[in-house]
Amino acid sequence: MSSWLDYTINGLIVGNVYALVAVGLALIFGVSRLINFAQGSIYLVGAYIGWVAVVQLHTPLPLTIIVVAAAAAVVGLIIERFGLRPLQNSVRIAPLLATIGISFVLDQLVMLTFSPNPRALPSQLPDVRFQVGGGTIGPLDLLIAGVGLTSALLLFVFLRYSKLGWAVRAASQDRDAAMQMGVDVNRVNQAVFGIAAALGGVSGMLVGMYYNQIDTAMSLQATLKGVVAEVVGGAGNVPGAVIGSLLLGLVESYGVAVFGTSYRNLFAFLLLVVVLVLRPNGLFASARQAPPEPLTGTFIAPSRPVRIPRWALAVAAAIFAVLPFFPVSFYVLQTLINAWLLGMLALSLTLVAGTMGQVSLGHAALLAIGAYTSALLSLTLGVPVGLAIIAGGLMSAALGTLLISPSFRLRGHYVSIATLAIGEIVSLVILNWESVTRGPIGISGIPPLSLFGYDLISPTSIYWFSFIVMVVLALLQGRLLGSHLGRSFRAIRDDDIAARAYGLSLNRYKSLAFIFGGFAAGVSGGIAAHLYSYINHETFNTQQSILALTVVILGGLGNVVGAIVGSVALVGLPEVFRIAAEYRILIYGIVLLLLVRFRPQGLLGTI
Amino acid sequence: MTNPAPEPLLTLSDVNTFYGQAQVHFDLSITVARGHIVCLLGGNASGKSTTMKIILGLVKPRSGEVTFDGASLIGLSTPQIVRRGIASVPEARRLFADMSVRENILMGAFVRNDRDAVAQDLDRMLTLFPKLGQRLSQRAGSLSGGEQQMVAMARALMSRPRMIVMDEPTMGLSPLYVDRVLELIRTINQEGVSVFMVEQNASLALEIAHEAYVLQTGKIVLSGPARALKDDPRVRDAYLGGSEAA
Repeated sequence: MSSWLDYTINGLIVGNVYALVAVGLALIFGVSRLINFAQGSIYLVGAYIGWVAVVQLHTPLPLTIIVVAAAAAVVGLIIERFGLRPLQNSVRIAPLLATIGISFVLDQLVMLTFSPNPRALPSQLPDVRFQVGGGTIGPLDLLIAGVGLTSALLLFVFLRYSKLGWAVRAASQDRDAAMQMGVDVNRVNQAVFGIAAALGGVSGMLVGMYYNQIDTAMSLQATLKGVVAEVVGGAGNVPGAVIGSLLLGLVESYGVAVFGTSYRNLFAFLLLVVVLVLRPNGLFASARQAPPEPLTGTFIAPSRPVRIPRWALAVAAAIFAVLPFFPVSFYVLQTLINAWLLGMLALSLTLVAGTMGQVSLGHAALLAIGAYTSALLSLTLGVPVGLAIIAGGLMSAALGTLLISPSFRLRGHYVSIATLAIGEIVSLVILNWESVTRGPIGISGIPPLSLFGYDLISPTSIYWFSFIVMVVLALLQGRLLGSHLGRSFRAIRDDDIAARAYGLSLNRYKSLAFIFGGFAAGVSGGIAAHLYSYINHETFNTQQSILALTVVILGGLGNVVGAIVGSVALVGLPEVFRIAAEYRILIYGIVLLLLVRFRPQGLLGTI
Repeated sequence: MTNPAPEPLLTLSDVNTFYGQAQVHFDLSITVARGHIVCLLGGNASGKSTTMKIILGLVKPRSGEVTFDGASLIGLSTPQIVRRGIASVPEARRLFADMSVRENILMGAFVRNDRDAVAQDLDRMLTLFPKLGQRLSQRAGSLSGGEQQMVAMARALMSRPRMIVMDEPTMGLSPLYVDRVLELIRTINQEGVSVFMVEQNASLALEIAHEAYVLQTGKIVLSGPARALKDDPRVRDAYLGGSEAA
């Protein structure tokens, strides 16, 4: 029995930490209707500032907390002022994408400054445990609980009794009406970002002390957990976020108690998906609350797509097709092979996010499903590689669509959250389903690409193979967009209510889009598996999902040619300029930010 | 056109407004005299609500001038305009639904820093709107439409404005409340607050207004003293969207 009390204590302590992140997310969502994906990055920054303060400056604990809170708040203010305020009048999904870009930039800056290796963050507190009932509790647990409760109390007093707090509440209920009362919404945003960042930063520091370790992977996990807690509590609902966080902490802790540590995140994301499907407004939302705003056509900046004449496309395709006959280096071919593989993923995402308007942040899961299917079929059952890749595509289409179908009833930001969670779930299932996926060991010795019994080993043959597959997929997708099906997709994207009124079944068309997109992504993953010869649950991660999204926005959402141009640009240009790998993610983040700000329609325009 | 009031408080002159390519206002000119009730009539999509938004700085005109008490409002933010002394009763009330009635009314005094006088004004509101007294701690969202309209008006008055702009104050109210609201607008005006209101309900609005303008697809097609317009057959035609040109 005693261990149950320990798990409960642990769950509540972890829940307190989540609450510090989630409350900030809820405040920001309340005022700006924005899910701040950079919240985890601020948490990361907080942890590292804490490390600098404790290890290098030897500050006492109370001062450390103040330093971290203040520095993180400054980061939050900078994000608000320079990252988000310029986007006030742009489409709704623009700030969300900007926060994703900002999180890439911040994470990479931390990684470049401090190196990706984990560091120890000592807690400065005596290492003793007190017996409480049948469990134990330490000074750090008490500190975390104390910081959590104090923050909640301060926040309550601020919102309830200060003028700025009233402004925050008013603005979160009706922004325009608040402005008409004389509330300066920019100041409210500043306040909210400053508070959210201070809480997030302190939270990161506390977690670092709790595990006595900090590393740059903390960022995404924190964002995800914060988002789960916030959505469970009801987006924008501050007390809800606290309760959602404690609930999440407990669910995880009990899940770990029963199934083991590697299941922790699986429980978190399953909780999220269940809540999103059953109660998208959160557990505590009452009927009176307005449903989440329709965010259809979320990122379709009105634009005139660049018309490229067919002969020009044909000439370009011909040039790339005959490229291997010219004395190009192995390195160039390798780069272009990567671009073609990314291009298939981008085709998939541009269909789903651009044409269909479902901005998916979990597209790498489709790669993973295709890759694992193809790898396992060829390796264990001896299925010919060509067939196995097609099977991988079909499996991605079927399983991917099935997994994503719970999110079909969601809109806008919620689709992005749900797909992100589903992507994480796929990766966690791969990690834990050892009997099939070989778990953390991964799959090695995957047979090389082969077609009709001939192994494709030379770079030239791999180049042609991937190029042809991509061109065929692109042609098919072009046909699809020109058909009535493409029109229906766009109709649903632009106004799902009107589309439904005209008899279009949303589920059917969303399924069709994901089936086609899933196939393209699955094929890409399948080919990649046979090229890499080794894959594991981390080969296809959220970073790739975001990279694909950047590619798609760069090319122009929904734009087939744009997806390919974007892939070549984002894979090729860093190679051309010989940019070191560790700076690439930073550059992707900056590209995303600049695009959202200055050219949301991308290079070739949205369709 | 004769302007019976010598001293203008708010003027819009030659305002042209666009939403993207579509032009909403064509050389719109409106004057609200100090101490008067001025009513802007017009059907759907005539540009009435946009006129409100121009005054409050929520929408920026492409050209033209807006002045309040002699100073230009162009380029000011909404909060800055509110601080100049313009309060608003927005369309459909737009209360802060999850805040209490008391908090909603006090939000109206957001731009003021004189706490004691604010408290006195809150008491004054309760004499002006006696029904709200029992509702002070209730969620504003739980009130009926008419009660919400009272809260919205009290909220607007709390900033001690020199002018209140109202967007369809009688919309969606029961006949009983319509009369009550019109009576209150008159009372407020008699206390020295100028009123600019946008209405669809022409006959009722003309009852209490001093001057009125009729807006049709972004152009003023008729204007003058309310008394005169009330009997003008063209008001009905223009107001109902008749085809006669300006």
